Amino acid sequence: MSNVNEFKPKIVAFCCNWCSYAGADLAGTNRLSYPADVKIIRVPCSCRVNPMFILRAFQRGADGVILCGCHPGDCHYTTGNYYARRRMTLLFSMLDFLGIEKERTRVEWVSAAEGAKFAATMNDFVATVTALGENKRLEDLRCKE
Amino acid sequence: MQGMMLNRAKELLGNGTVNRVLGWQAGEFVYDITPAIFESAEELDANFVYNAFCGNNLSKYLIKETLKDGKVLVFLKPCDTYSFNQLLTEHRIDREKVYVIGIPCDGKTSGEVLKSKGMTGITGIREEGEEFVVETIYGDEKIAKADALEERCLTCKSKKHVAYDELIGEDGEVLDSHRFDMVAQLEAMTPDERFAFWRSQLSKCIRCNACRNVCPACSCEKCVFDNPNSGISQKAAADSFEENMFHIIRAFHVAGRCTDCGECSRVCPQNIPLHLLNRKFIKDINELYGDYQAGAEVGTRAPLTNFTKGDVEPSIVYHREGK
Repeated sequence: MSNVNEFKPKIVAFCCNWCSYAGADLAGTNRLSYPADVKIIRVPCSCRVNPMFILRAFQRGADGVILCGCHPGDCHYTTGNYYARRRMTLLFSMLDFLGIEKERTRVEWVSAAEGAKFAATMNDFVATVTALGENKRLEDLRCKE
Repeated sequence: MQGMMLNRAKELLGNGTVNRVLGWQAGEFVYDITPAIFESAEELDANFVYNAFCGNNLSKYLIKETLKDGKVLVFLKPCDTYSFNQLLTEHRIDREKVYVIGIPCDGKTSGEVLKSKGMTGITGIREEGEEFVVETIYGDEKIAKADALEERCLTCKSKKHVAYDELIGEDGEVLDSHRFDMVAQLEAMTPDERFAFWRSQLSKCIRCNACRNVCPACSCEKCVFDNPNSGISQKAAADSFEENMFHIIRAFHVAGRCTDCGECSRVCPQNIPLHLLNRKFIKDINELYGDYQAGAEVGTRAPLTNFTKGDVEPSIVYHREGK
């Protein structure tokens, strides 16, 4: 086993098309750096993210999953992120109830103008997950290479 | 009670109000109760039973029954009427085609519970005040109700019928039963202890899907667990994350709609306390979004299909006390 410092987490970031994905774009054009461990999946709205997507990401080997959407009130579809907010609150609480490290999941509201916030959020999240180490409690060994 | 119900059922069948009765009948053993449809007075006389083993929640069967012609008579216990209301809210039942008789319930037991108390050769059961009189081939045995009730009945949330056309017996009250105590106990543990607890429970899962099939809230015609592309369809246990995932998703799909009838735990052949997952969601919803009892009224909006602008942020999960 390699030492902890060399551990590179796999992070899945669900980003809504209208705010956070554009925010990630802005981070790029501004040449702000964030770890390459973050794999972005673009979704039409944060509300598109079914709790199962998050669990599936963990099952398939993700070490952390973060959901980014428009700030509440700014949703392109008016109310999508309000529903996502309730859903994710309950899901994270349930993961915690099952004894799974709650720091592996996060919701962050990032607007299209917040490239810097996107980069800072990802840096922070990757650092948190790296400190936690490999995801052992949610993985499915059969899904590993 | 069984006699009164039988007479009333025959009356309503006789005068043509209903053309069939949804009730309970005994299976191979007296404690193996199965839901059944009776179409004549003779059938009722021969097979209809109502006793302390009749725990089955009949409301889910009304989804299929109300698609048929004619009106069906159904007997609902107080907790079943919540599921009935919830199904009405979701437009799964045609109210016009159902005649509901509310029946009182003093808590149910099961063959399994009694056997665990060392009783064998059970041939019948009677209720006498605070005791069950269990008839066995070795003679009658008495047991206090508090010792023989199913878990869900010990923490009964309500003796009040929230939907009925007529009542047999007295209506009760909504109870304060401390049903969240066990959830709170688990919450007070460390994450490692909780993880160990749930691994030991969920790894017993044999994926028989009984919890899904019996749940009145789980009534989708197309279920995600039947979809081969879901990655968790119909698989045997692998002592991995898969059971966790199945049970999280199962509980999540009914979150905000679960009336806490406890059928999932009752039918689980592995005795996994599945209702704790549902109760965790109910407890969270109550704490974060205000008290909500699914099925208490028809037409209320479930918490997960609703929102307020001032809802708490998901990060509250990291900050709550005792977590």
